[in-house]
Amino acid sequence: MYEILAKEELGTINKLMVIDAPLVARKAQAGQFVIVRVVEEGERIPLTIADFDREKGTITLIFQVVGKSTMHLGLLEVGDELASVTGPLGRPTEIENYGTVVCVGGGVGIAPVYPIARALKEAGNEVLSIIGARTKDLLFWEDKMRSVSDELIVCTDDGSCARKALVTEPLKELCEARKDIACVWGIGPAIMMKFTSLTTKPFGVKTIVSLNSIMVDGTGMCGACRVEVGGKTRFVCVDGPEFDGHEVDWDLLMARQRIYLTEEKRAFDDFKLKCECDSGL
Amino acid sequence: MAEAKKPKREKIPRQEMPRQAPKVRRRNFNEVALGYTPELMMLEAKRCLQCKKPKCIEGCPVEVDIPAFILKLQEGDLAGAAVALYADNNLPAICGRVCPQETQCEAVCVLGKKGEPVAIGRLERYVADWKMSQGMEVPDYVADWRISQGTEAPEMRPPGGKRVAVVGSGPAGLTCAADLARYGHQVTMLEALHAPGGVLIYGIPEFRLPKATVHAEVEYVKSLGVELILNCVIGKTLTLDDLFNDGYEAVFLGTGAGLPMFMNIPGENYNGVYSANEFLTRVNLMKGYLFPEWDTPVRIGRRVAVVGGGNVAMDAARCSLRLGADEVFIVYRRSREEMPARAEEAENAEEEGIIFHLLTNPVEIYGDDNGRVRSMKCIQMELGEPDASGRRRPIPIEGSEFDMDVDTVIMALGTRPNPMVFTDAGGLERTRWGTVVADETTGRTTREAVWAGGDIVTGAATVISAMGAGKAAAADMDRYLRDETATWVLEPEPEEEAVQA
Repeated sequence: MYEILAKEELGTINKLMVIDAPLVARKAQAGQFVIVRVVEEGERIPLTIADFDREKGTITLIFQVVGKSTMHLGLLEVGDELASVTGPLGRPTEIENYGTVVCVGGGVGIAPVYPIARALKEAGNEVLSIIGARTKDLLFWEDKMRSVSDELIVCTDDGSCARKALVTEPLKELCEARKDIACVWGIGPAIMMKFTSLTTKPFGVKTIVSLNSIMVDGTGMCGACRVEVGGKTRFVCVDGPEFDGHEVDWDLLMARQRIYLTEEKRAFDDFKLKCECDSGL
Repeated sequence: MAEAKKPKREKIPRQEMPRQAPKVRRRNFNEVALGYTPELMMLEAKRCLQCKKPKCIEGCPVEVDIPAFILKLQEGDLAGAAVALYADNNLPAICGRVCPQETQCEAVCVLGKKGEPVAIGRLERYVADWKMSQGMEVPDYVADWRISQGTEAPEMRPPGGKRVAVVGSGPAGLTCAADLARYGHQVTMLEALHAPGGVLIYGIPEFRLPKATVHAEVEYVKSLGVELILNCVIGKTLTLDDLFNDGYEAVFLGTGAGLPMFMNIPGENYNGVYSANEFLTRVNLMKGYLFPEWDTPVRIGRRVAVVGGGNVAMDAARCSLRLGADEVFIVYRRSREEMPARAEEAENAEEEGIIFHLLTNPVEIYGDDNGRVRSMKCIQMELGEPDASGRRRPIPIEGSEFDMDVDTVIMALGTRPNPMVFTDAGGLERTRWGTVVADETTGRTTREAVWAGGDIVTGAATVISAMGAGKAAAADMDRYLRDETATWVLEPEPEEEAVQA
């Protein structure tokens, strides 16, 4: 079960996998995620559904190698099976014909932004997209984003390709130039989503973010993913993952993301060492 | 056989359960209760008077024929005891460990009137463990047993029954699925998590209920012909409507009460504040106590406060100790007498060195610059008049606030049903507490061909009452499925009007 049917290196640390998961594919919608275990002893980790094929019964996951679980996942090959894939979880994006919308994908956030942009385009919206990453190596799916956007701006923090800028710069320019933006979606690392929200706030443009808190079950039973939005406690896995970016307590989210830094580093270091030993270095 | 058998039985005292010593067990996750030896088992079994009108059976929520299996023990027929036990109870290794026998079968045992009741739970556990150690196959014997006993209990019927979906593989679901399979139906159990057992696997710790035991009982249920699908969340992966569209003709909902409650006091979202659900899931289901061999971490500081007074609070406190906390406190707003935890578990906790701060309630949690818990302000309570539940209401004593120096807080305040199952489940009515409206006897909900049992109906309760509900529902489901003319009627609740679909 949960066999890896295809694998693609999108860069040095970004990877794409197509997984056989018919029940998930059947129901998946833009904005949703799955909880994955790579191996039996593995952690349950949330990964957004970057794409899905209902007929073939497959889902596409894109992830960045940042720790033990993602490193282990990245080492698997076509034909290997994941220990478990549960989903689709989370509330889907509310897709309507809003008029003109802006979709901003930062780094690995491009993956969840793509199906949202696509669904918005299919619903008749004018979709203005911005994708950015720290450097050229971390950018991906430029062509796919272009195919679902009326306009696409590409940028890199270090200028290694396209425009040298943080995504918030073209975003600000768009907000200044266009007064008819109904809604902005901004997805990426927490700090990027925070500044995306701060950028749009003076313009009064509704901004939706997709929060990436730590999760365990993903179905609302534990509260590991809790955040504060508008002063109220919310569970990202069942109330989100999308929330109003102007209402999110970003400092709390980022503090809660750091709770297991020590254990994460230890696990990552141990695993890297184990891989080196196994490969006879 | 001795001539003076009767007087001899009365003189045998109730046999103590061998346990790990507190100083040793407080730092390991091995099972605390070690189980009877064959000698202890025989001594205890001999105490049973084999009453002509046994009260114990009525005290059991699944009506195990207790005298029957104990008789087999007295005769030295362990296999016979196993068959007699499994005839009525699909999960005796679990019941023998976690049932509150002191309020059920043992509470009404005749011997308890003047002395100590028969240790029925410990004997049940012995038989179940023995059966597992033998790898004994039971299903075929059960049918013969029932026929030989001439009981009204359901006999094995030929396959060709209907397709039934059981949502949740906790105690209610496992029991319902096993009985339905015995009745001849094609049963599929759908579990949201990646391992079956529900609260048996994520909630109750290893040292009270070894996961290997849960696994073995689940394998037994599967051996009856039940299909198990994991990682399937009803309300997300599939909905109730989907199940009927996919061809299931009846559905049992045993999704439990998995939604954690928080106090909503300031500071509750600091790092180091857990719901008991999260803490126990990390420790038990994800084996956090084996980090880093197992990947999921669980961070316990040095001084842990567990807020609550039920079995879950005791479990959370005892796990905290075993994870290496220097000091663990139970913080409970009422007095010891009102604590809902099993007396045995509270005593175990105390023996292990957990400190009880009773008549104490948290007010606010304080954090440091890194967003980590550093202390908790509490207030002393006193008991006033009884509230709706009959227990005396705790009232804060003004000016009695004090700071508790803790770095971890676990909220074990109780749980409610997860609302996810109600997505695309038209016709399924809920109460204002989020539980499913269901007939008390049959488990019928307001939606035709949908039954429910366990915590999703009652709110958080016991493993055994969930099993009783699963059993009752399975019997009603079988009757309904085999009767072409059956109509969907719920018995009227005493205070409410009858509901008809």
